[in-house]
Amino acid sequence: MDHSNTSYAVEADHLVKAFGKERAVDGISLKVPKGVVYGFLGPNGAGKTTMIRMLATLLKPTEGQAKVMGYDLAKEADEVRQSISLTGQFASVDEEISGRENLIFIGRLVGFSRKEAKQRADELLAAFNLEDAAKRQVKKYSGGMRRRIDIAASIITSPELLFLDEPTTGLDPRSRNEVWTVIRALVKNGTTVFLTTQYLEEADQLADLIGVIDRGVLIAEGTSAELKSSIGVRSLIIEFEDERDLNKAESIFEGMFTQTPEVDRGRLSISVTMKDQSKAAKAIGELANHQIAVKDFSMQQPSLDDVFLTITGKPAKEKGGEANGE
Amino acid sequence: MENNSLEKSIKLEKRPPKASPMSAALTFAWRALLRIRYVPEQLFDVTVFPIIFLLMFTYLFGGAISGSTGEYLDFVLPGILVMTVAMITMYTGLDLNKDIEKGVFDRFRSLPIWQPAVLVGALLVDVVRYSLAATIMITLGYILGFRAEAGFSGIVLAVLVILFFSFSLSWIWTMLGIVVRSEKALMAISMMLLFPLTFLSSVFVDPSTMPNWLQHFVDINPITFVVDASRGLIHGYDVTSELLIITYISVGLIAVFGTLTMYFFRNKN
Repeated sequence: MDHSNTSYAVEADHLVKAFGKERAVDGISLKVPKGVVYGFLGPNGAGKTTMIRMLATLLKPTEGQAKVMGYDLAKEADEVRQSISLTGQFASVDEEISGRENLIFIGRLVGFSRKEAKQRADELLAAFNLEDAAKRQVKKYSGGMRRRIDIAASIITSPELLFLDEPTTGLDPRSRNEVWTVIRALVKNGTTVFLTTQYLEEADQLADLIGVIDRGVLIAEGTSAELKSSIGVRSLIIEFEDERDLNKAESIFEGMFTQTPEVDRGRLSISVTMKDQSKAAKAIGELANHQIAVKDFSMQQPSLDDVFLTITGKPAKEKGGEANGE
Repeated sequence: MENNSLEKSIKLEKRPPKASPMSAALTFAWRALLRIRYVPEQLFDVTVFPIIFLLMFTYLFGGAISGSTGEYLDFVLPGILVMTVAMITMYTGLDLNKDIEKGVFDRFRSLPIWQPAVLVGALLVDVVRYSLAATIMITLGYILGFRAEAGFSGIVLAVLVILFFSFSLSWIWTMLGIVVRSEKALMAISMMLLFPLTFLSSVFVDPSTMPNWLQHFVDINPITFVVDASRGLIHGYDVTSELLIITYISVGLIAVFGTLTMYFFRNKN
């Protein structure tokens, strides 16, 4: 078998993981091409962590099968482990020992000699801007530093595929940007990244391909642009000078669109969602015909929030509490 | 963050060869030692515990059982040595149980290493901890007037037997440490097993003074064999048959509970 032949980093075929009666992952099939960032997007408790844990050989699937870097998850677990690295949702380093010791420790485990492990540790500490904290216990690190040492430990051997489980949850914007920088640098060097996130913005920013998961089921998949256009909804927002114009516009638009326009009296604006963009020009033209002054208008791309809302019929953040055994 | 050094560090020219099982286990042992360096209080159970045990039982029972504490010390020290080390093995499971809760275990399990190394490394350090406990007790015993008739070599042999048995016993706790969900429950189960096992043995008194039904239990209790063997090695009488039985029991414990431990370790949810 030539494993380098496959062009997919992950090929999952109907993976199921049941805990008792609950099916945390309920038949997910997906393909992740090599060299991309795959964003696994979903609310808390959707099954993201369970999926990652199965793909990283930590959980045995109840049903289904998968290939990771061309290796069969069930039969070639050791080969899979050779090609992947995992950064879990909670610190995947030993918090009781220092950052440098952690890196040397993992370095030794993956087969470096003592000297090489130390060299590699120092190299990574420098690259991740952690030199000053090298000798401190990890439990004394800030959230951002912890994430960085975590990812540094994951790339000691430059894995072909890196799993990141909610890499920026709980981080401040600056630390989050640092983590994003690291992820982008990894991808640039050919690593495939499979990350889970609850943040729509994160998936939008980083991921080449996004899978939307809800209650253990993959409900949509595609690039950020594809997902948005598959929803097909764009909003035309028109602002008016005064309420009189607003009211007139409201009556003109009545019956013109499939969806009833939303009127915001505070902002003196109307927003209309539409599938066909040419309708926007028609709407503006219609207003001009009636001599209604338009203060401003704009077309808005749907956000991933809209995507989630449209597919699941509810906002992304509504569901479940923290750590409910995902 | 400097992008140049970051990108350079990401590119690794060559992967090192896979670490040998031995090297992986020793690396885990090294980690456990590092942890002790940061939190030396972790050694309380192998330092203070043995001292309290030895003093307490010698002076509590000595007069009543042997007429004098001096004579009793010679009898009871090998027994308490076994009892203390057997009791300490419980902490192996407790530490493991705490460790597993943290994310770092996920990383270990996703590394391309000889998986038992995680546990073997921890147990190797535990053997060092047990030796520390034994050394402290024997030293204190000597200060209190204990004398080994077979001399130093007898003591060393006895300690080696105790360490070997304790290492095998530890696999019960590693298994429970993985399976049992809460630390409290684990503590309760361990105590429930260890108390009868250590007290209902030949540690404190000669079994011939016990009622018949109890003697039957004491006679098949593995702790009794280890205690009798240690006594024999320390005071210089033949314990070949005991040593043979201990070997069977220990190998059996490792085979059964080592296998179960690794099974649960691999299949943990």
